[in-house]
Amino acid sequence: MKLTVWTYEGPPHVGAMRVATGMKGLHYVLHAPQGDTYADLLFTMIERRDHRPPVTYTTFEGRDLGEDTAGIFKKTCQDAYDRFKPQALIVGASCTAELIQDDPGGLAETMGIPVPVVALELPSYQRKENFGTDETFYQLVRALAQPMEKTPEVTANLIGPLALGFRHRDDIEEVKGLLYEMGIGINVVAPFDATPEDLTKLGQAHVNILMYPEHAETAARHMERVLGIPYTKTVPIGVGATHDFVAEVAAICGVEPKKDLGRLRQPWWSKSVDSTYLTGKRVFLFGDATHVRTAARIARDEMGFEVVGLGCYNREFARDIRALGKEFGVEALVSDDYLEVEKAIEDASPEMILGTQMERHIGKRLGIPCAVISAPVHVQDFPARYSPQMGWEGANVIFDTWIHPLVMGLEEHLLAMFREDFEFHDEAGPSHNGGHAPKPVAAAGATAEPAGEDAPAETGSDVMVWLADAERELKKIPFFVRGKAKRNTETFAAEQGLSEISVDTLYEAKAHYAR
Amino acid sequence: MNQPAALPSSTCRDAPVLKERGQREVFCGLTGIIWLHRKMQDAFFLVVGSRTCAHLLQSAAGVMIFAEPRFGTAILEEGDLAGMADAHDELDREVERLLSRRPDIKQLFLVGSCPSEVIKLDLARAAERLTQVHAPHVRVLNYSGSGIETTFTQGEDACLSSMVPVLPETDARELVLVGALPDVVEDQAVGLLTKMGIGPIRVLPAPRADSALAVGPNTVFACLQPFLGDTAAAMERRGARMIQAPFPFGEEGTTLWLRAIADEFGVDDETFEQVTAAPRARARTAIANASAHLRGKTIFFMPDSQLEIPLARFLTRECGMEAVEIGQPYIHKGLVGPDLDLMPAGPVISEGQDVDLQLDRVRAARPDLTVCGLGLANPLEAEGLTTKWAIELVFTPVHFYDQAGDLAGLFSRPLRRRDLLKLDAANQPSETREVAR
Repeated sequence: MKLTVWTYEGPPHVGAMRVATGMKGLHYVLHAPQGDTYADLLFTMIERRDHRPPVTYTTFEGRDLGEDTAGIFKKTCQDAYDRFKPQALIVGASCTAELIQDDPGGLAETMGIPVPVVALELPSYQRKENFGTDETFYQLVRALAQPMEKTPEVTANLIGPLALGFRHRDDIEEVKGLLYEMGIGINVVAPFDATPEDLTKLGQAHVNILMYPEHAETAARHMERVLGIPYTKTVPIGVGATHDFVAEVAAICGVEPKKDLGRLRQPWWSKSVDSTYLTGKRVFLFGDATHVRTAARIARDEMGFEVVGLGCYNREFARDIRALGKEFGVEALVSDDYLEVEKAIEDASPEMILGTQMERHIGKRLGIPCAVISAPVHVQDFPARYSPQMGWEGANVIFDTWIHPLVMGLEEHLLAMFREDFEFHDEAGPSHNGGHAPKPVAAAGATAEPAGEDAPAETGSDVMVWLADAERELKKIPFFVRGKAKRNTETFAAEQGLSEISVDTLYEAKAHYAR
Repeated sequence: MNQPAALPSSTCRDAPVLKERGQREVFCGLTGIIWLHRKMQDAFFLVVGSRTCAHLLQSAAGVMIFAEPRFGTAILEEGDLAGMADAHDELDREVERLLSRRPDIKQLFLVGSCPSEVIKLDLARAAERLTQVHAPHVRVLNYSGSGIETTFTQGEDACLSSMVPVLPETDARELVLVGALPDVVEDQAVGLLTKMGIGPIRVLPAPRADSALAVGPNTVFACLQPFLGDTAAAMERRGARMIQAPFPFGEEGTTLWLRAIADEFGVDDETFEQVTAAPRARARTAIANASAHLRGKTIFFMPDSQLEIPLARFLTRECGMEAVEIGQPYIHKGLVGPDLDLMPAGPVISEGQDVDLQLDRVRAARPDLTVCGLGLANPLEAEGLTTKWAIELVFTPVHFYDQAGDLAGLFSRPLRRRDLLKLDAANQPSETREVAR
């Protein structure tokens, strides 16, 4: 038993729903009590889908338990087939139905349904949502895809994009574009918008583009083994990764690594002098493993940030992320405990968080700007505009998205120069972000601390005493670097064996850490 | 003079009820925690369940409440399912850890879920045991919010009814208002009744465990919500007596509800009129303004919040709408009978659900407005129908006079929006189906 406040992943049957809802012509019959129908709103509200997810729930009740819940399943399954006439069915149980052991797969098999029926075994009390997506897609591919003759021209399958994914809709277009430049056609995109019939043709492709390892790695391995289709290991998020991706695909397919860089603006945007202020910004990364891995490279190599912490919530990728942590010289955090993540961020006191919607809220509490890089998603992660993460345009989008929450370079200087100004004071926040309308300063030198921000001499400084004038001086430092200044000063003081911090200590520390 | 004019001869109370059993599309009772934990400020709701339960609470909360919320889920794992004794030990350990971290918690609700019920984890016994361990600082209660026993708002009923047996005994003649309403609305209700000279007035749930709320043979109570049947029964078992009335939605509903209580306490007509005249007039004006877009329009209620029958009464009698079908998850005539009495027979009254069959009826009737859950709203909009999501009715202050206009506004806004939007080319009035992905 484990106490959970907020979760990064839902149960595995929600993963199966993401596959089914992403596809067309597939129907999911889920043995589940009525409350489990809440999951429909994830798709209709968060993703604004204009149709119901193709899921029929048995919605058994307490009074059915002593009686014939298996009968309810069979009737539901038959009714769903008759009404929706899908090309294939998937059947399975949610957490509660798993306990009553009706065996939906076995029951459906006896019913003589004239289309393929794929049974899912998703252990709800051990595994989570991403296991559900990966396993469901794998089972579908295993049941439906057959070895077959390759297409005469070079073609690729794009595998992994599905419903409720972080920018999957737009990533598909971007990857299609990259392949088009190399003269590679598209065989099947799946699960996104694919039909079960499309899945039977997966075997025709020359390469599988594994867009999201979280959702399709098992299927990719299976297709490599059984259908002889190699798959890509590079996820093209970021400028460098996209170059590597093109090289990898070209090598696999034996084609020229042609690229059209006409729309790629990120490198110049990053080199131009306006971006100097980004240098060495301390960032903390958290999300799913794929997005964190790619974001770490972008942060260090393409933005010039310093990665001060990173981690992921999906344990399936714990080994990869720990190795990544080593590469970046930080201890990776692998956890789905929201409070633990919050603690790690607080301890690292970064200047910026690159995380999920959960970290966005952590950032709000701690007064740290945050940009979202990964699922779990929120309605805001489905923008109306084209907004990919992958490919050249993805690199542009990421540059814009990441700098948006920050105080801009010139504004940083203005804040430092006019720190007591009624508009340019600390609590005003970045002037271009509407949510931070300037709040009046109470009185010069006696401003209230922003909510959640460390009050000097309180948290984290049990042994260290800040003298009053040093504390006042600390408050004059703009809020977005104050956390760092405080931490550096305390570390410096501790190294020097000091127990009190004076204004001199503050500036000695500043000189010590100058770079 | 406060009796409704023109009582219909054949009413919805006598109408046959269409009962269906198929796929339901409603939340389970755990959802109630979202508003209950805001109402009871020293309570913590610990769901004993699965990852699905935690995910539901998070998704239903929609906008996450990122002050550390006063609810959480003790997620059952493989090991807990194997040995029952272990599950109790594990629960004790998690509760211990929680209470030591949150000394502000005075009431702890252990909330049963589908899995905890299927494996027959005895939370009543656990609550007794934990109460002894943590007395006198914390009182531990239990109820079921499981989807195999409860729907959506029924969770509040289960929660409140679990509190009634442990209320202190009193012989005092007191009025108890039953139901968790936003503070602003609750204050209005108490204010109106107090001005009539009625008191003392208590509210269940009280904001804190140490309130003066008590119950006994001289207690009378009135429900604020139409889904509190078990709580009403629990109050009656303690000797209290229920005041029956239509529910306080709209000008008419509020007046009839207040009048029933006023009669119980012998308030004369003059006093009643003096207290209610001004807010009644305000409510009438507000409803008249907000209901301009509702008059003559048809409405279809999918079963969801259990508010459907009283709201249909308000919308048909006070806003000039015509109900096509009024569906409720379950119908408790002991509670909604007075509302049914006010509606002439005509609309289909349905109980339970087979969502596919019901959607067929929606598509056939093509009502001007369909009230439904969040899972159905966008799909129906995409079919060209206009919808009002039901969950907003539970999260928004809608009771009593000064919210009557807001309540009508919740229904008129989708219709107004439909009229406002001009998304086609100027010269092409033909309807295009918006296809989004």
